[in-house]
Amino acid sequence: MPSFLLVRFSFSKTIGQNHGMNGTEYQTAVRNEPLSRRSFLGVLLGFGSVVVGSALAIPLIRVALHPLLSKTTETGWSDVGKADEFASITGPIKKLITVEQRDGWRKIVSEKAVYVLPAKDGAMRVLSPICPHLGCSIPWVEAKQQFVCPCHNAIFGVNGARVGGPAPRAMDDLECKIDNGMLKVRYQYFRQLIPTKEVLA
Amino acid sequence: MADARNSESLGKRCYNWLDQRTGLGSLMHEALDEPIPGGARWAYVFGSVLLFLFISQTVTGIFLALYYVPTADHAHTTVAYIVKEVTGGSFLRSLHAWGSSAVVIVLILHLTQTFLYGAYKGRREVLWISGCALFGLMLAMAFTGYLLPWDQKAYFATTVGTNMASEVPWIGSMLKRFMRGGNEMGTLTLSRFFVAHVFILPAIILGFIASHVYLFRKAGAAGPPSEHPIEPKLPTERFYPKQVLMDTAVALIMICVLGLLSHFYPTELGPQANPADTQYVPRPEWYYLPIFQWLKYFKGPLAVVGIVVIPALTAVLILALPFIDRRLERRPWKRPIAVGIYFAILGTLITFGLLSKREDRLDPAIAKQVAKQNEETEQFMRAPFEPEAAASSLSAPAVVVALDPVAAAGKKVYDAESCDACHGENGVGTNVGPKLAGATAQKSAEELTKLLRHPTEKMLAGEMKAVNVSDEELKALVAYIKSLK
Ligand code: FES
Repeated sequence: MPSFLLVRFSFSKTIGQNHGMNGTEYQTAVRNEPLSRRSFLGVLLGFGSVVVGSALAIPLIRVALHPLLSKTTETGWSDVGKADEFASITGPIKKLITVEQRDGWRKIVSEKAVYVLPAKDGAMRVLSPICPHLGCSIPWVEAKQQFVCPCHNAIFGVNGARVGGPAPRAMDDLECKIDNGMLKVRYQYFRQLIPTKEVLA
Repeated sequence: MADARNSESLGKRCYNWLDQRTGLGSLMHEALDEPIPGGARWAYVFGSVLLFLFISQTVTGIFLALYYVPTADHAHTTVAYIVKEVTGGSFLRSLHAWGSSAVVIVLILHLTQTFLYGAYKGRREVLWISGCALFGLMLAMAFTGYLLPWDQKAYFATTVGTNMASEVPWIGSMLKRFMRGGNEMGTLTLSRFFVAHVFILPAIILGFIASHVYLFRKAGAAGPPSEHPIEPKLPTERFYPKQVLMDTAVALIMICVLGLLSHFYPTELGPQANPADTQYVPRPEWYYLPIFQWLKYFKGPLAVVGIVVIPALTAVLILALPFIDRRLERRPWKRPIAVGIYFAILGTLITFGLLSKREDRLDPAIAKQVAKQNEETEQFMRAPFEPEAAASSLSAPAVVVALDPVAAAGKKVYDAESCDACHGENGVGTNVGPKLAGATAQKSAEELTKLLRHPTEKMLAGEMKAVNVSDEELKALVAYIKSLK
């Protein structure tokens, strides 16, 4: 142990005795409360404060962490329309859906367009109209029987497959299901400019 | 040997290091070595417990503010969100609400102890006055906090409370409008009460607490009633450790009680305030019931006596107590008149409170309405949380219905030409195209037609191409765009 610490220590100890309390007061303190008792009570007090503190802290932490503790507010299912409505369609049909998103104590309702494709082997498909190139919404061009993006002319077939243009992949399928005769879809956004479909958080 | 001694005293060395730089030692000495004549007693815990409760109210209040919004259209939803959705939110809100009741109870205990022990005597006038101010400020905290949830009982209780202000002579109606931020209760009232509850009152209270503690230390602990208030003779004991331990123990019990109450009797939230409801029977929180009952006896022109004159006189009397009662005698059995008056006032308040409860029970019309209100509160508490629709949310179908035939034809063109691809459904705009709704209303039909046929450089750069449709269709399109709001 370096010796200067020792010197420092004994020095400050002398100071401590002369500081704060005058001689008689210090004497009384010692007489009234033997040091061991004082420090025992000190430990008890410290322990008590820790218990009190943590008892108070737990509900506070729980409240502050609520956004992490509750399940993430992912988009729910939106109704597209009655399933029979799409039973005999021959080409893509544009439908407007209402998407409800939770933002804390608010709900944000917005309208989005989706394309319902004719069912193949009984399986329904719903496409997102957002171009996988740079995100314009793609119209269905009846005359050409193709999806043609107005921004940079990406072209997709009736089933959304990539035909030509700058888009790196086919149009994106949205998760869908038939529930009680109602076609439902989960509206999501996907990362642009990459060849694979990846959900944007 | 030397090593062992050094490692033992590492904590002490750190402490000394800090002490030399901060004066922590003398600070601790100042805080903990206050001498108490006659030694520590359970009777002296109330002041520390109040301080502890104030800290607890501050901290729980801050965490409630994480989710609370103080405007008339969101306050109730956000409190419902805290109660029904936020993890542990109902518990925290209950802690805060039960805590406010605890503050009032401990205030009364603190006051009673000070009074019985004659601890306001002997050069303690200013200390007493600062305590009275703190009492009033705490009641103001309870009054302003009560409105914040903006449910039925909050709204109507505060309506009555602010109405009372108008009984003050000369400035009454001005005072009421000042408190409400207008003639009626509304979102400005809520803002005012929020600012008072969260910023102004706590800041003032903090100042008064500091002065109260300082003045208490200046005058010194009074000790038991037999002690001389100015020159104590009993042997003293220091504040630390015994009194500190007693204070902490009571604070700990306090937390446990508040926690149990909050868990088993969570504070409820009623349905949102409905100013149009004329049936509602407003009832204040329990600690305001005596005043509420008291005011029933002063109707019409007498109201000013009940609301202003008598309370003001009482306040002055209480404030002036150490100036009126100047004897140094502290033992309560030697001051029967003072003690008698104190308990007469306390007893009257309790009686009034109980009377108010009894009258409500005995009046069938009121009992029925109160039962109905309780049932509505239960119903609201059982219902799942209903999020509020954001103002920016769309309800597009309504827009389409209102279109005239030309504009309706224009909408077909708009959709067929994929204008919606960039400008969004009904021209609300997307991240690639600007919003048309509203933005195009100032432009004339001619200007719009020209822009659509011959887009500007800026438009072309943004991928906006010239529209290639018949004149007829373009006219319809322009009509449609102009109709967008
Ligand atoms: S955004 Fe669709 S082609 Fe570029």
